[in-house]
Amino acid sequence: MTAPILSILRLSAVSELGNAEPILRNVSLDLAPSETLGLVGESGAGKSTVAKALLGVLPRTITITQGEILFEGRDLRTLPRRETRAIFGDAITLVPQDPMTALNPSRRIEAQLTDGLRLRRGMNAREAHKRALELLAEVHIRDSERVLRAYPHQLSGGMRQRVLIAAAFALEPKIIVADEPTTALDVTVQKQILRLMRQMQEAHGTAVIFVTHDLGVVAQICDRVTLLFAGAVIESGATTDILSAPRHAYTRALIAAGPRYDRPDAGLKPVPEALVAELRLEVEGVGR
Amino acid sequence: MTDASASSFLAASGPSLASRRLRALLAEPKVIIGGGLILALIVIALFAPWIAPKNPLDQDLMLASLPPAGLAGAEPSYYFGTDDLGRDVLSRLIYGARIALIVAFVAASLAALAGTTLGLLAGWYRGWVDGLISRLVDIWMAFPPVLLSILLVAVLGAGVGSVIAAIAIIDWTRFCRVVRAETMAQAEADYVTAARAIGFPPFHILMREILPNVVPALLALVSLEMGIAVIVEAILSFVGLSVSSDTPTWGGMIAEGRQFIHQTWWVFAAPLAALFATVLAFNQLGDGLRRALDPVLRR
Repeated sequence: MTAPILSILRLSAVSELGNAEPILRNVSLDLAPSETLGLVGESGAGKSTVAKALLGVLPRTITITQGEILFEGRDLRTLPRRETRAIFGDAITLVPQDPMTALNPSRRIEAQLTDGLRLRRGMNAREAHKRALELLAEVHIRDSERVLRAYPHQLSGGMRQRVLIAAAFALEPKIIVADEPTTALDVTVQKQILRLMRQMQEAHGTAVIFVTHDLGVVAQICDRVTLLFAGAVIESGATTDILSAPRHAYTRALIAAGPRYDRPDAGLKPVPEALVAELRLEVEGVGR
Repeated sequence: MTDASASSFLAASGPSLASRRLRALLAEPKVIIGGGLILALIVIALFAPWIAPKNPLDQDLMLASLPPAGLAGAEPSYYFGTDDLGRDVLSRLIYGARIALIVAFVAASLAALAGTTLGLLAGWYRGWVDGLISRLVDIWMAFPPVLLSILLVAVLGAGVGSVIAAIAIIDWTRFCRVVRAETMAQAEADYVTAARAIGFPPFHILMREILPNVVPALLALVSLEMGIAVIVEAILSFVGLSVSSDTPTWGGMIAEGRQFIHQTWWVFAAPLAALFATVLAFNQLGDGLRRALDPVLRR
């Protein structure tokens, strides 16, 4: 593997709400340039916390207690604000989860798509407009002049997600954090959006961290996978290895829990509770 | 809500947000009725000198205590009768609308401005800023509003300016609470996270990303507040703390009419009816605005 563009080293975080339960426990992961890493886990496994930390928008209730987030070898946690400004939202951008709520209902698409271009690249309205048209063409939106004038409610879900992908690529970031970008879409659109992400990523050479709970999506798009459980990394490796020969019992259970379209009568197999309890003990040992 | 099927990939064409909201407003009967009444009242107040049949201050003791048109002993040109000094009740009513509306619009706007500013700050910064502002709201709301306003005007001195100040000082809390809650909800939205990640300063985010989405709720509240302001102004002129007594006000007319309620009930009833209709109109308008604008925002 080439030198990683991003390395997270033994990152731990706690929530200040309630019982100070650890949210991340010694999480380490590497991201190579232009690869796609799947960050997989159940709700509350800490996927979103990692994503937010990478974008510099952690809520004030979450505190990182230890670890490093190395972007091109520099620790984002200790860099002065002046320098992180050029990274958060610029070299690292976000494709958000729900296209229905990720766009401001009272602003036109053009304004939202060109925010970054104008603030970060100092473009004037005309330059930003031109760039916005190029971006929309890249995400296969025809009729782009009209889309730019539209308000979010006038676009379909898939269309909005395309706009959001265009916005994420607008600043030519090195890393894109995609926070379950297909969860809120129906399956046909989901496929198109995944293909689009892949195309865009290959064209721009961007590295992507793909946050998801859907192993099916992982199989389609990710080069490598990191599995989280209760804030700890359970298993990490190449997608094909992990999906075909999972080493960890939890990974096996998670794969088995997915729906089998070829055997609908088999029903869904939840991850066994005994396994979850055992894992919890194991993980809590890691955290302390 | 549009579906996300493959067939709907083309941009739906449609009207702009403003015209869509306008259409939603015009489809709401409460907005039409309440807004229509208020609009009529504004026209009457603006053109009072041309609309009023008489000078509202002219006394004519020969024509004192005339009953409204249609009753025995009425004079044909005094439609709502005259008071004990022979002043035309209708003309005084028309001029009284001026003070009522000035107070309603200015006081409600000032209260909204102050409350919105503090609400945005509390909702955005949370922590001790929110603690301070929210405790202030709690304390503020514990005071009985009418007594507090009388006290304030007594301290500030009588006059329209004092009445407006008193209402704004008392009622900013309503706006503050609503705007704070809305701001907190909006601050969680992904587009706000995106704006923060891009690096826009808080002021910019509050003005461009959050405030526009709070405006519908705010408009409805402003309308309700105008109704409240009209009542408070009437109460203050009733107790003689509003404008000087030679300017006709509805509250002042009610106070004057009260003394002769058994002889000339119309002097009392006419401003009361005007007050009632105005407050009802503002409330209907506010309710209609809330209904018409809310679902649009949530889409």
